Amino acid sequence: MDTHADVVVVDYGLGNLRSVTRGLERAGASVTITDDPGRFDDADGVVLPGVGAFREGMENADPYRDALADVAASDTPLFGICLGMQMLLAESEEAEYAGQGAVEGLGFVPGTNVRFRGDQKIPHMGWNELDVVRDHPLVTGVDGGRGGSVDGEHAYFVHSYYADPEDDHAIVAETEYGVTFPAVVANDDGTVFGTQFHPEKSGETGLTILKNFVDLC
Amino acid sequence: MTLTKRVIPCIDVDVDEDGEPAVYTGVNFEDLEYTGDPVEMAKRYNEAGADEFVFLDITASAEGRETMLDTVSAVADEVFIPLTVGGGIRTTDDIKETLRAGADKVSINSGAIENPDLIDRGAEAFGSQCIVISLDARRRYDEQGEHYERIDGESCWFECTVKGGREGTGIDAVEWSEEAESRGAGELFVNSIDKDGTKDGYDIPLTSAVCDAVSTPVIASSGCGSPADMYEVFTEADADAGLAASIFHYEEYTIREVKQYLAERGIPIRI
Repeated sequence: MDTHADVVVVDYGLGNLRSVTRGLERAGASVTITDDPGRFDDADGVVLPGVGAFREGMENADPYRDALADVAASDTPLFGICLGMQMLLAESEEAEYAGQGAVEGLGFVPGTNVRFRGDQKIPHMGWNELDVVRDHPLVTGVDGGRGGSVDGEHAYFVHSYYADPEDDHAIVAETEYGVTFPAVVANDDGTVFGTQFHPEKSGETGLTILKNFVDLC
Repeated sequence: MTLTKRVIPCIDVDVDEDGEPAVYTGVNFEDLEYTGDPVEMAKRYNEAGADEFVFLDITASAEGRETMLDTVSAVADEVFIPLTVGGGIRTTDDIKETLRAGADKVSINSGAIENPDLIDRGAEAFGSQCIVISLDARRRYDEQGEHYERIDGESCWFECTVKGGREGTGIDAVEWSEEAESRGAGELFVNSIDKDGTKDGYDIPLTSAVCDAVSTPVIASSGCGSPADMYEVFTEADADAGLAASIFHYEEYTIREVKQYLAERGIPIRI
């Protein structure tokens, strides 16, 4: 059985790619960091990382829109992390909040991203608990030896907005922070998915999720 | 379910006589003593359940800084939890270099006091989430402060110091915390010169005063000698994270023991 996985990390000019690259390597992947959309075709899996603002992220990712849509339409897994996950949705109220008008997301998961409302401290930063609400290969066996799901496992979050998918079926795991929000989302086919938290900063739980991703590739 | 309180080990890193990175631990910011290899220590703390790491570069030379960045990279490659790096950060280039080496956040101390605009520029360029402002406060019992607390019946304010507590600045620590937050700081490290290395507990009046003044997360530091000290700073001062160095270095308590103690008493903790 060929277990070798060539994973491409999209370098669209944002974020620290070092940790996610090392995490994927630890999980068994061969990683190429690239800004060349031509490389996506041959990859066994594509990772869309991201830290920062939605508008800036989408503007930087714009040249990759078509190539990413091809990946999304294929069987090749596409994994968005943090802002990269938010970009999988159709839009975000972040740009509007910043007074910049609407910005179009990638639209692979129907829905929008909304800002935390309430008196919680923003950003939501730190370790919070995951509650798995349905099966998906990304969260398989991340149980710390305590059962069949990641219930009770913690992950590291840093964000002020969260995904609000149109269809609840897109939600794989949830977290609570003043409101219950999606921590892991996936499309209908299950080949496009993302985590709001940073698996590369979430210790053993995060490494298991990265390993699940590599196994899918 | 809620955001957990964080238990954070801090490592002071210097270079030894051979130019190799080494971990040192001191009392009242002085009398540093060699206690181990930084990468090995980081791995050990990671396995013990640390929620984050803080690395403080206590070298004072350009060569030391290079060595330190290599150490940051070595740790970031081994350990998959958030890493904050501080010491000698004075420019946006310093911030960029440190983040590029693998740090998730930078902690800025006197660099921000000397040039507060660095906070705005850093937050703008890299995001507030990676700008941590660290302050070294000391108690003063005179009439020059802005915010007074009653401590043992006396009226006290907290002054920001620089150079490891050796030099006062006249700046009120609570006032400075508010300013740092408004300029875009994403977290505040609150160190106490009076408590550092004493192991008789965090400076609760200082930590409370800062927590009450800002809404950004506060990391309490200096004085932790036992799990009970950390419990106190979470419950009495509402700190978001507790930092400790020597109790972990000398293995008086493991991180897991501290977390267990806190969890048993109802503090939300990642175990």
